[in-house]
Amino acid sequence: MKTESSPNDISPRARVALYGLLCVLAIPFVFPTWWMVTSSVKPISDIFAFPPELIPSRFDWSTYAEVFKLQPFAQQYWNSCYIAAIVTVGTMAVSSMAGYAFARIKFPGANLIFMVVLLGLLIPSEVTIVPLFQMFLKWGLVNTHWPLILVPIFGAPSVFATFVMRQFFIALPVELEEAARVDGLSRFGIFWQIALPLAKPALAAVAIFTFLHSWNLYLEPIVFLTTPGNFTLPQALTQYVDVYQGPMWNTQLAAATLTALPVLVVFIFAQRQFIEGLAHTGLKG
Amino acid sequence: MPTAALTADRSRKRPFWTMERRDSLAGYLFIAPQLCGIVLFVLIPLGLVVWYSLHEWNVLAGTFRFVGDANYKKLAADPALPEVLGATAIFSAGLVVFNLSLALLLAILVNQKLRGITVFRTIFFSPVVVSLVAWTIVWNFLLQANGGINGLLQVIGVTGPNWLRSPPTAMASVIVVQVFKNVGLNMVLFLAALQGVPRELYEAARVDGASRWTQFHAITVPLISPTILLTMIITIVGSLQVFAQIAVLTQGGPGMSTTVLVYYLYQQAFQFHRFGYGATISILLFLIVAVLTFAQWQMRKRIVFYEN
Repeated sequence: MKTESSPNDISPRARVALYGLLCVLAIPFVFPTWWMVTSSVKPISDIFAFPPELIPSRFDWSTYAEVFKLQPFAQQYWNSCYIAAIVTVGTMAVSSMAGYAFARIKFPGANLIFMVVLLGLLIPSEVTIVPLFQMFLKWGLVNTHWPLILVPIFGAPSVFATFVMRQFFIALPVELEEAARVDGLSRFGIFWQIALPLAKPALAAVAIFTFLHSWNLYLEPIVFLTTPGNFTLPQALTQYVDVYQGPMWNTQLAAATLTALPVLVVFIFAQRQFIEGLAHTGLKG
Repeated sequence: MPTAALTADRSRKRPFWTMERRDSLAGYLFIAPQLCGIVLFVLIPLGLVVWYSLHEWNVLAGTFRFVGDANYKKLAADPALPEVLGATAIFSAGLVVFNLSLALLLAILVNQKLRGITVFRTIFFSPVVVSLVAWTIVWNFLLQANGGINGLLQVIGVTGPNWLRSPPTAMASVIVVQVFKNVGLNMVLFLAALQGVPRELYEAARVDGASRWTQFHAITVPLISPTILLTMIITIVGSLQVFAQIAVLTQGGPGMSTTVLVYYLYQQAFQFHRFGYGATISILLFLIVAVLTFAQWQMRKRIVFYEN
C-alpha cells in the first residue's frame, strides 16, 4: 500500500500511546484463538480451572483422538475441503465468464439480464431455502452434497463474484483486446488468452471469499444433510455434545482447532495477497 | 438490432454469422451458466415462496391446502412478531454502528506509519479466515458463567454476569462476537479508501491551521463516504442473515430475546415443519432487505459527497 503518513507526523509519546491502543485492541482478536488452542490440550478438569490457565500446566492429547472416534471427522474434513474446492473453481469459471460478458460484450438485453442477475444479491439464502429444499427433495438430492455445490456456483452466492469480475473487466484497457481481434482471435480466445490472465488479482479475491463462504456454510448443511458421514465441518463441530445436548467442551475445541488452524496458517503466510487482493478489487464499489 | 441493417446484410449476401451476431451469441453463451443458475436457484424458488405462502402446509400432518392470505394475517397477528422484529432491529443497528465505527478506527490506526503495523493489520483481519462456527464455539466457551471471560474478571475482583443467559448481555454478546469476526473485512475496505485520499488535501488543511478533528470530518469522511455507504449496505444485509451465531450461542434465547427473523424462519419451517408459514416469513425478510437496500441506494444521492 503506497501512501502513508510521513514518519515525523508521530511524536515518540504518541507512538507509545498508539502501540498501547493497538495492543489492547488486539486482545479480542487474538485471545479467542489462543484460548481455543490451549484449552483443547488441557485435561477436562483444567478447562474451567480458576484462576484461568493462560498457558496449560498439564497436557492431555487424548481429546484429539476422541474427535475422530466420536464422528467420522476425517471424512467430514474431506467433505468440507472438496466441496469448497469445487465451489471455488466453479464460481471462478462462471463469474469470470459472466462478468466478462457484462463488461465487454454488447448483446441485446444485456442490461436487463444484468439487473435480473443482481437480484441475487438482494435475496438472502434463507429466503429461498424452503423451496430449494423441496426442489432437491424432488430430484432425490437431499442428503447429498449437490445442493452445497450447485447453488453456490450458479445461484445467488456467485452473483457477488460476477459483480466483482465485471467491475474489474470494465476497468481493463480495451486496446489489448482490439489488437487481438484484428489478429482474428475469437471472443473466447480473447477472454481466455488476453483478459483472463490479466484478471488474476480479481480472480484471487473471488477465490478467497468464495472459499471462505463455502467453508463457513452452516444453514444449508444442517437443512440438507442428515447422516454424519455426509456432514461438513461447521455442522460436525456442533455435534460434539453429551446426552443432555451440552457441548463436550474439550472435544469441540479440539475439532474447532483442527478446522481453524490450517486456514489461519495459510492466511498468515499469504496475508499480503489476502488483504490487498480483497482491498483492491471491485469491492471498493 | 435494427431491421434495416438486417435486410442490408441479406441483400449484400453477407454471411449470416456477422461479427455482431457472433459476438451476441458469445455474450449469451458466456452468461448462460449464471443466468440459468439465477432462474433455477433464485427466481423459481422466489416464485415458489410466494406460492407456498398462500398455503397451509404442514409436512408432519401431510397437509397442503390453499388458504389465500391466511398466513399473512396470521403473521400480522403473531404475538411473537413484534419481539422478533425488535430483536432483529436491535441486532442490525447494534452491529452496524459497532462494526463500522470499530472498522474505521482500526483502519485509521493501521494506516499510521509505525514499525510492525502489518502485524496488527494481520491480527485484526485474522478472524475473517477462521471458520465461523469454530469462532462462535470458542466464544460460547469463553462466555459461559464459569468460562474464560468471567474467570479473568474474577481475577481482578469483578463478578461477571452469565452472559448468554440474560437478555441484554445475550444480545450484546451475539453482536460483539459477530463484530470481531468480520470487522477486519470492513477495516480493509476503509483502509483502501483512506489511502485513496490525496495527501495534498491534508497538507493544504494543515497550512490553513485545521485541527486533526476538522481534517477528519471535513476531508476524510466526505472523501470515503462511498465506502461508508458500501460497507453499511453489506453489513446491514449481512446482519439480516445471521444464523450460525444465534444457533450456537443462544438458540434464540433467553426467552425470545435473540430470536432474529432468520432464526424464527428456521424454527417455524424446519423445527415446527410449518413450511407455508415459513415461506410467509421469508417474504417479509425479502421485503425488509429490498426496502433497506433501496433506501440506502437513495441515500447515496444525499450523503455521498464524492464519487469517482
